[in-house]
Amino acid sequence: MERKKVWKLFFVWDFEKEEAWLNEMAAEGWTLCSVGFCNYTFERSLPEEYTIRMEMRPYDPEYIRFMEETGVEYIGRIIQWLYFRKRTEEGPFDLFSDIDSKIEHLGRIGKMIASIGILNLGIGILNSVNPTHMGWINLLCATLLMYALGRIHGEKKYLEKERSLRE
Amino acid sequence: MYENIALTETTYYILLALYRPNHGYGIMQKAYDLSGGRVRLAAGTLYGALNTLCDKHWIEQLPAEAGSRKKEYRLTEEGLDVLINEIERLRELVNNGDAVMKGE
Repeated sequence: MERKKVWKLFFVWDFEKEEAWLNEMAAEGWTLCSVGFCNYTFERSLPEEYTIRMEMRPYDPEYIRFMEETGVEYIGRIIQWLYFRKRTEEGPFDLFSDIDSKIEHLGRIGKMIASIGILNLGIGILNSVNPTHMGWINLLCATLLMYALGRIHGEKKYLEKERSLRE
Repeated sequence: MYENIALTETTYYILLALYRPNHGYGIMQKAYDLSGGRVRLAAGTLYGALNTLCDKHWIEQLPAEAGSRKKEYRLTEEGLDVLINEIERLRELVNNGDAVMKGE
């Protein structure tokens, strides 16, 4: 089967853009079949044959099995980002259908960003006392991740406000 | 005991779908059919809700059948009480809505 590999970088707060891009590729007849750091492998498919969805969740074989039971294919993962696809002809494919589970998902993403951010901050501070080390890189990463956390937090707050009125 | 609990639509349809024992995909289909195609429980949402409902003992897993990897669930006594209460509460909501709209 014809395949191609594409290198592309998405920031963690842009996961919706990443998912949208993967679905644009699928619409053109290139369906995601494996993932790696900043690279995506696509295989030839019919245009719009699949819908792609991403989820932040610790890898759990039981969850994957549950997804497969509902006709969803597991593509792969990068750390805790899981990639799924489902045939479009089987109907709309979403991972979350109510506000509560969307809020919970954003909470999981926020937690992950916060823990990597704190780790980078710690390493950055420790290394900045030693001029031969590149502690500033970690501090830069920590700053970016804190920005990401703010974005996710804002999105979560918006949903929580909606949740006080509707599901 | 349950009078003041308002269930979410997700919880309500899961409990309703489990009036007869069912597995994950079956619950999705049942909710879809019952609502005339309006309610589509997404798999991630359903998985989380099933775990929470098991923790609350409103539903339980059936012992796995030999040769089947699909997990089946059923309502517990407590879950059935919650469901009956919710149907009563919803009836009150609809009756009140109708009464006000008709200007009674």
